[in-house]
Amino acid sequence: MTSPLLEVRGLKTVFHDLAGAWPAVDGVDIVVQPGEIVGLVGESGSGKSVTGFSLVQLIDAPGEIVAGDVLFKGEDLRRASEERLRDLRGDRIAMIFQDPLMTLNPVLTIGEQMCEAILEHRSCSRQEALKKSSLALSRVGISSPDARLRQYPHEFSGGMRQRVAIATALLNEPDLIIADEPTTALDVTIQSQILFEVQKLSRETGTAVLWITHDLAVVAELADRVAVMYAGRIVEAGTVDDVLDRPRHPYTLGLLGSSAATVAPGERLKQISGTAPSINARPSGCPFCPRCERALPLCAEVDPLPQLTSHEHSYRCHNPVSESHAS
Amino acid sequence: MNGSFFELRDVKKHFRGKPTIAQRILAATGNAPPPPVLKAVDGVDLSLNKGEVLGLVGESGCGKSTLARVATGITKPSGGNVVYEGRPVADLHGKERLNYLLKVQMVFQDPYASLNPRMRVGKIVGEALRVHGLLPKSEIDAAVDRSLTEVGLDLAYRDRYPHQFSGGQRQRIGIARALAVKPEFLVCDEPVSALDVSIQAQVINLFMDIREKHGLTYLFVSHDLGVVRHISDRVAIMYLGRIVEVGSASAIFSTPAHPYSAALIAASPSTARRKRAFQPLKGELPSPLAPPGGCPFHPRCEHAMAKCREVRPILKQIAPGRSAACHLHHSDNT
Ligand SMILES: Nc1ncnc2c1ncn2[C@@H]1O[C@H](COP(=O)(O)OP(=O)(O)OP(=O)(O)O)[C@@H](O)[C@H]1O
Ligand SMILES: Nc1ncnc2c1ncn2[C@@H]1O[C@H](COP(=O)(O)OP(=O)(O)OP(=O)(O)O)[C@@H](O)[C@H]1O
Ligand SMILES: [Mg+2]
Ligand SMILES: [Mg+2]
Repeated sequence: MTSPLLEVRGLKTVFHDLAGAWPAVDGVDIVVQPGEIVGLVGESGSGKSVTGFSLVQLIDAPGEIVAGDVLFKGEDLRRASEERLRDLRGDRIAMIFQDPLMTLNPVLTIGEQMCEAILEHRSCSRQEALKKSSLALSRVGISSPDARLRQYPHEFSGGMRQRVAIATALLNEPDLIIADEPTTALDVTIQSQILFEVQKLSRETGTAVLWITHDLAVVAELADRVAVMYAGRIVEAGTVDDVLDRPRHPYTLGLLGSSAATVAPGERLKQISGTAPSINARPSGCPFCPRCERALPLCAEVDPLPQLTSHEHSYRCHNPVSESHAS
Repeated sequence: MNGSFFELRDVKKHFRGKPTIAQRILAATGNAPPPPVLKAVDGVDLSLNKGEVLGLVGESGCGKSTLARVATGITKPSGGNVVYEGRPVADLHGKERLNYLLKVQMVFQDPYASLNPRMRVGKIVGEALRVHGLLPKSEIDAAVDRSLTEVGLDLAYRDRYPHQFSGGQRQRIGIARALAVKPEFLVCDEPVSALDVSIQAQVINLFMDIREKHGLTYLFVSHDLGVVRHISDRVAIMYLGRIVEVGSASAIFSTPAHPYSAALIAASPSTARRKRAFQPLKGELPSPLAPPGGCPFHPRCEHAMAKCREVRPILKQIAPGRSAACHLHHSDNT
């Protein structure tokens, strides 16, 4: 087994307010191997984005990372200097966001900002940087890249802008991309184009990807492994096949049953009753307990610890769905 | 198609684009070209039978919401007719027009924006009954309670304001409001798109329950093919202001006829597929202000022929109950 590219253990990020410190991310473990695509899925407010930002130490007050280790190639990022982190971000670790304008500067041409992204981390001539940028644009399927380099972000459509953001993220051939819902606002045909490019680049350059989304179907089609997040925790993780075909956590099973694609047309969907708790109203014990059909008296009292099955499949549940359950 | 419950006949909705500064200066001097026209809906024919669910899908900006608003009478069409129970609604006046406006109700995507934040839930749900004097004052409260119970909301919520509810609960309020006036036809514009999957399932189940109970007819707009396939009897696929294919849901999803329908279905992700080799559809979504000539889909179509660049295919029957607007399927006129 190779040593992991990213190893996160017990990550905890809280938001402070007058009433206290509320955990948005509450003891998260994630491992990403080199070249691997890992999906992080969960519903709104479950803590996916806060996890993503915590990994690269981009949490500002009132937020605070209060516990855990974030090891990137063995280096503890929680203890890294601000200078070291700046050096890693945009070079070894790239981020892509739902809104490409978070990474693209509206007053600079695409060429100017792509060159800057290279020259910040590499010593080469402007000429070389431009050539590299042009190549990166054509790799994500943008035609006449040299002319495109002279244009501003507003001259691109939403889907193209996102491809430019991806090309920029990939310029320095990062080891890890953290992508936070980069296709959520896009149409499915454009999404499919972007997934095609991410998949291709990951395969060609060996870049690992942490793909954050609420869309289980995208993860099913794209990822090697998946982690399911609920109320700030990873409640189930494993290979895509293990988690989606043999879910052990009732929440994962519920999510799969809620999706219209998994039941015959016209049949009632399996619904999960109730709603997810907000960060300042998380129940004691297992946070899914109030919505869970399989809850035992124990579940309201004791927060279940991660259980590992024989493989790499883990779940946090006192009364897991039986292994033989096939969906 | 005589005797349909609800029909759209060659319905158009064109918007004038915003003139640029240069165009405005030219306009002031009297030699301006007319501002560009955006054909949001450009000649749509659709008919619904009573009690059926017609799903309407298509990508962002193709005109789904505009069409939904025209169907409910919120927006006036620029051309064509909306026909309710055999009569063009443009000819309806007074009581008859009110009857159409009440029987055809709309449920919106953003449950927050569509609910008056300063009104209590009970008042929101009973508003139409009160404003139109549909029930004596003494009976309105009971009717509101019936609606709330029907959508699964606790009656204790009647005196709360919309911001005190979750997204799924707000969508239930929107549905209760529509149901209060005893509609026959619900036009639902992306009613579950803003909701989390686990909440989506609750609301989709509710839509299926109330349809069965009241024999309602739905026009169900969504960009989520999984949801549309689940709830629809028939499906219409829209591209740049026009319907490119319509037919039974099972037929369209198993054997799409129009290359755009096929591309949309192929691109739509599914939990059943693993490690998919993604295939990009070439090209970008064209601007609705400058749609391509000929077949509007031809620049992105892998089957495009010379004819497709020149002649716009019309929506024609290709099999019983099935129509498509594509030269590939119109062998008679090649
Ligand atoms: N700056 C902040 N101040 C206070 N609370 C915050 C802040 N940012 C996030 N939170 C809270 O942390 C929790 C997790 O938020 P996060 O943005 O990670 O969710 P998410 O899973 O990314 O959801 P979405 O799918 O909606 O993007 C939420 O309950 C949110 O309200
Ligand atoms: N009031 C208006 N004035 C000018 N243009 C408009 C107006 N309303 C809609 N449009 C334009 O008409 C086209 C169709 O818009 P519409 O909202 O019907 O699309 P849609 O299919 O519902 O898209 P979405 O999936 O994003 O909701 C778009 O190009 C839109 O910009
Ligand atoms: Mg987020
Ligand atoms: Mg719309």
